[in-house]
Amino acid sequence: MSPTGTEDDVAAIAKRWKNKRGSLIMALHGLQDRYGYVPREAAMSLGEQMDVPLARIYEVLTFYNYFRLKSPGKHVVSVCMGTACYLKGAPQLLSRASEELGIKPGETTADGEFHLQVVRCVGCCGLAPVVTVNAKLLAKVTGESLEAHLLTPTTAEDGKA
Amino acid sequence: MIQATINSLPVEVAPGATILDAARQVSVHIPTLCKHPDLEATAACGICIVRVAGSTKMLRACCTPVEADMEITTEDPEIIQVRRTVVEMILSRHPNECLTCGRNQNCELQTIAADFGLREICLDSIVPDLPIDNSTRAITLDPRKCISCGRCIQVCQQIQDVWALSFLQRGIDTRIAAAGDISLADSPCVRCGQCSAHCPTGAIVEYDETQEVWDKLLDPDAFCVAQLAPAVRVAIGEAFGFPVGTNLTGKTYAALRRMGFKAVFDTNFGADLTVMEEAHEFVGRFTNAKSVLPLITTCCPSWVDFMEKFHDDMIPHFSSCKSPQAMVGALAKTYYAEKMGLDPAKVYVVSVMPCTAKKFEIIRSKEMHSSGFWDVDVSLTTRELARMIKQSGINFRVLAEEQPDHLLGAYTGAGTIFGATGGVMEAALRTSYYLMTGENPARLEFLKTRGLDGVKEGKFDIAGKEIRFAVAHGLGNVETVLTKVREARDAGTEPPYHFIEVMACPGGCVGGGGQPYGVTDNLRAKRAAGLYQDDQAGLWRCAHENPYIQKLYEDFLGEPLGEKSEQLLHTSYHPRPTYRR
Ligand code: SF4
Ligand code: SF4
Ligand code: SF4
Ligand code: FES
Ligand code: FES
Repeated sequence: MSPTGTEDDVAAIAKRWKNKRGSLIMALHGLQDRYGYVPREAAMSLGEQMDVPLARIYEVLTFYNYFRLKSPGKHVVSVCMGTACYLKGAPQLLSRASEELGIKPGETTADGEFHLQVVRCVGCCGLAPVVTVNAKLLAKVTGESLEAHLLTPTTAEDGKA
Repeated sequence: MIQATINSLPVEVAPGATILDAARQVSVHIPTLCKHPDLEATAACGICIVRVAGSTKMLRACCTPVEADMEITTEDPEIIQVRRTVVEMILSRHPNECLTCGRNQNCELQTIAADFGLREICLDSIVPDLPIDNSTRAITLDPRKCISCGRCIQVCQQIQDVWALSFLQRGIDTRIAAAGDISLADSPCVRCGQCSAHCPTGAIVEYDETQEVWDKLLDPDAFCVAQLAPAVRVAIGEAFGFPVGTNLTGKTYAALRRMGFKAVFDTNFGADLTVMEEAHEFVGRFTNAKSVLPLITTCCPSWVDFMEKFHDDMIPHFSSCKSPQAMVGALAKTYYAEKMGLDPAKVYVVSVMPCTAKKFEIIRSKEMHSSGFWDVDVSLTTRELARMIKQSGINFRVLAEEQPDHLLGAYTGAGTIFGATGGVMEAALRTSYYLMTGENPARLEFLKTRGLDGVKEGKFDIAGKEIRFAVAHGLGNVETVLTKVREARDAGTEPPYHFIEVMACPGGCVGGGGQPYGVTDNLRAKRAAGLYQDDQAGLWRCAHENPYIQKLYEDFLGEPLGEKSEQLLHTSYHPRPTYRR
């Protein structure tokens, strides 16, 4: 599987937008929201599931300045702000991460190590609050566990934690 | 019919005809650049603008349909000024490298620039700094020379259904690139070269290997031999001012010898041999109830590549026969070397093909090394051979015709028609009929296999059994045929066909990606007609009648599908799922 996300996430996005007119761009927004950029593997997988050739996807991706094709930071920290996570303390986690890294959501640290962003429900509400660091999903995150992860980030390909 | 006027000349056209069509009809010239006669208008360049009375806008002639009573003006000082500016803009973004470009003197942009007689470019020159992509070793993509006409994309996406090319970014930053901005070799590209055959400039050309061949021709140790593919003989003349479709087999043999080749073979001989093997394979499968049918032809490496990438469930249907070029290569370094007492290590096989994918075919699998060496060393396109003949200074037009080296050079009409879509099917049916009945069919022409319809279907009766066949060309046409096969397979019903021929290039190899430029259906038909004439005029018209093929089996191979044939003339196929569209 892709080093930057889980197939499930791409599948959910593909399913949501498949067979709807003009939906490719929305699906690509979905990918970027999820990963902070559009990883090639995710784009390929999306194309396959939505039955859109990769050539077309890249036409769209490079046409708009909005899309990022490279990871904005080595570690993309996504704090889930979906309802479940929100209720279980995501806002506090976000400020903690913001403080720790010295950047606001949507920004990248000067050394390019971290990019912080907010995402909508990543579909693991049972594990709320959830934070992902690249492909790694951190469950039931506390301020302490988040801080520990930011100090020694692991972004192994294991997908789900 | 619709009536209008162009520069006050009355013109009458069918509904849907564009202003450009109408202008051509009354011999009015409108300059064009992005429009290719073979393709839908992409309307990208803006050179073809004209004025229509009552409209303040200038309209693009290539994509504007004629309307009733239009009064069209194709030239006035303002129109000419705008066109000049368009040309200047394109040139300001184009590298000034004509003298060393693969398209020098054969470039549509150069022609336009010459027609407009520009003496200086008043705009700042900004040539994008983009790398050349040679990764396929079949075509060379130099995105700096791209004028964003969109032809290659239309060909690759719509006609070939490969989706290996697309534009990236937009506006002034627009650039042509392999899908997903990777190298072409990592993209789904099947190396058919149709993009290169349609590109107006030197942005996509064949991967040039002429220097390697010159080096070998200079090497006193090398025994250089050449082989000439069916479709080359009826197209090479276009580079020397012959009428389209002129059969120049004898002159091309002579030119190859003048250039220093010690023996000249004919891929048509290999095609006859392919027919022998493939017809035996077909009859074997057809008469054995348990075999997998339909059988699908595999002479075209782009088709093979396409199938391995996108249709690998068809592998059991694929004929195991190598292509004619590969067969001649394998025999040159075994049978021929043995007969002539040559060291096969010194035999250097150069094939001349209408095709860029043949450059890839010669290294596509380990079976291409069946002689103990790479069976074919270099595969040149028709365009490269034409260039080499010009470099030699040979006066091609007046060359006396010569004969091939018969051991691997004598051919029948069956071999020669391989170059046109449907030809492989026709040739294989002739010999299958013979194999099943002991005699030749009363009528050798199978007209249903001929012509330029994208998919051709037919039935043929051999000894009371019905053989259903389909012929597809242009990879975009394959899907419909394969869908029928899959439907029958999944439903467990009788297959819709017993035999399928596929060629990647529209028109088959006569329209190959390595052939002279400017191809249209009209040209394809004329080139094919040249081959059918060659067939008609020949002494033998069925592969099994070729005395040199008979001799080859007697002296060397044994029998079709025998042990030696299997080792030298057959191959295998492997799924390549990592390449995604
Ligand atoms: S060679 Fe054929 S498949 Fe490859 S990019 Fe060109 S048109 Fe597409
Ligand atoms: S590469 Fe050639 S055919 Fe393709 S868009 Fe550029 S100029 Fe046109
Ligand atoms: S149809 Fe002929 S020229 Fe075209 S890719 Fe296939 S073998 Fe080559
Ligand atoms: S709300 Fe965070 S995972 Fe669903
Ligand atoms: S030829 Fe009409 S827009 Fe290019």
